[in-house]
Amino acid sequence: MNSIVNIVIQGVLLGALYALFAMGQSLMYGVMRLTNIAHGDFIVLMVFILFALTNQGHVPLWAAIPLLLLIAFGAGYAMQHALLDRVSGRDPLPSLVVTFGLSVVIQNVLQEVFSADPRALATNGFESMSLSLPGGIAIGLLPLLTLAVTLAATLALQWLFGCTSLGRAFRATSDDREIVQLIGVLPRRTFALATSIAFVLIALAGALYSMRTAVSPSDGPGLLLYAFEAVVIGGMGSFWGTFAGGVVLGMAQQFGFFFDPGWGIWFGHLLFLAVLAVRPQGIFPKTA
Amino acid sequence: MPAILETRALTAFYGDFQAIFGVNITVEKGEVIALIGSNGAGKSTFLKTVAGLLRAPARQVLYQGEPIGGMPAARIVSKGIALVPEGRRLFTSLSVEENLLVGGYCSRPGRWNLQTVYELFPVLKERRRDPATTLSGGQQQMVAIGRALMSNPDLLMCDELSLGLAPVIVREIYAALEQIVADGLSAILVEQDVQLARRVSSRFYCLQEGRVSLSGVSVDADDEAITRAYFGVAS
Repeated sequence: MNSIVNIVIQGVLLGALYALFAMGQSLMYGVMRLTNIAHGDFIVLMVFILFALTNQGHVPLWAAIPLLLLIAFGAGYAMQHALLDRVSGRDPLPSLVVTFGLSVVIQNVLQEVFSADPRALATNGFESMSLSLPGGIAIGLLPLLTLAVTLAATLALQWLFGCTSLGRAFRATSDDREIVQLIGVLPRRTFALATSIAFVLIALAGALYSMRTAVSPSDGPGLLLYAFEAVVIGGMGSFWGTFAGGVVLGMAQQFGFFFDPGWGIWFGHLLFLAVLAVRPQGIFPKTA
Repeated sequence: MPAILETRALTAFYGDFQAIFGVNITVEKGEVIALIGSNGAGKSTFLKTVAGLLRAPARQVLYQGEPIGGMPAARIVSKGIALVPEGRRLFTSLSVEENLLVGGYCSRPGRWNLQTVYELFPVLKERRRDPATTLSGGQQQMVAIGRALMSNPDLLMCDELSLGLAPVIVREIYAALEQIVADGLSAILVEQDVQLARRVSSRFYCLQEGRVSLSGVSVDADDEAITRAYFGVAS
């Protein structure tokens, strides 16, 4: 009994990280119908920008993270405005090709600049602190922080899309790029803002991920896979769905880890394939 | 005082294809103009060009004396021109109320807000939480009109409000339109139904193959002349 409780708790905590990986992907798909193949590489890129800020730039971590979020916001805006805008249209193929290319470029540039060595962010031991619960269950503070950030991000996105003028403009632009101009919305600006917000989420995910484990420049595609699985399991287009998808994926992996340390990731993939086979629209399909 | 809208030898293109050849149309303040003509005559193209969805040289479109040709559509709305597009084109993932609210995105001050639109079309209030696409055609047209009104325009352009609607619904929509323009709002109505168009307008222009083939005062117009201008047949 205790071990089942533990699996669920650890699964939720791990899943929160996957959900945060997926949130930016879900946002970009929801607004621009764009599948970003370089999503994982952007997470890794943000991690290395954070390394550069703290190690080379000697910026303290408490200042480096807000700075990273600012950089991410600007980078997202520029990326959409200068590049992705040209390929976000009805045809999904050009954006797939361009973001695949970006993925290759980012990985190689990072290897060139930072070498292929994995590295982790120093947090003065915060990553190994935990709360002890009765029954021998330990909850890590960093995973708990991750869960809190993911919940806050999901609530914020759901509020932004459901209750604000900007959110309505996002959804209207996604519906009909021509007609929104008639109500005073500039589609290019709206898309650039959406990508900016997605990049801030990517940077948050990267920062929390690099505190948890060592990251190397070629880790991106693996992270993309988790993000993609969380989005598909949860159902495209709803942020709570993405959150649930991440949590379910995390629990499946923890369940696998319980049987055999080699089975965790595999169980996650099995669940993903099962969802695709039985319920391809995802568990909570709804357009935000 | 300059006319609210004046086009001077307006031309419009879809790529290399020219759809409008030197059209001069003037709308005075508070006037309702009907734009009639057969399919492909250039009526929708004219509205799209004025609204900024198609480009035109600046001086070919004057809005209250100011050249606005080629300006982005989003800026033209904020100046006070709203278009109810052909086929309604509601935002499918938004509810009725959200479609109306998003229409007020550029928030010009004026008479129209959520409450006054609901007073005009009470049925929309009952269905405000429903997805816009679950409404009947007539109700969807009401949402499209409401969405355009929410920007509080000085010039309202409507593209074929009667398209695909039952005659009884069309009467209802046009009755609402008369209330809308009653306080001096200027309007351009594109309509296939000539009699309907003449009844609600003070003047009309008939387009044929991208040119004005006839224009005049709506009540005085000769039916036979309109038929000729409409179809381009020699009689």
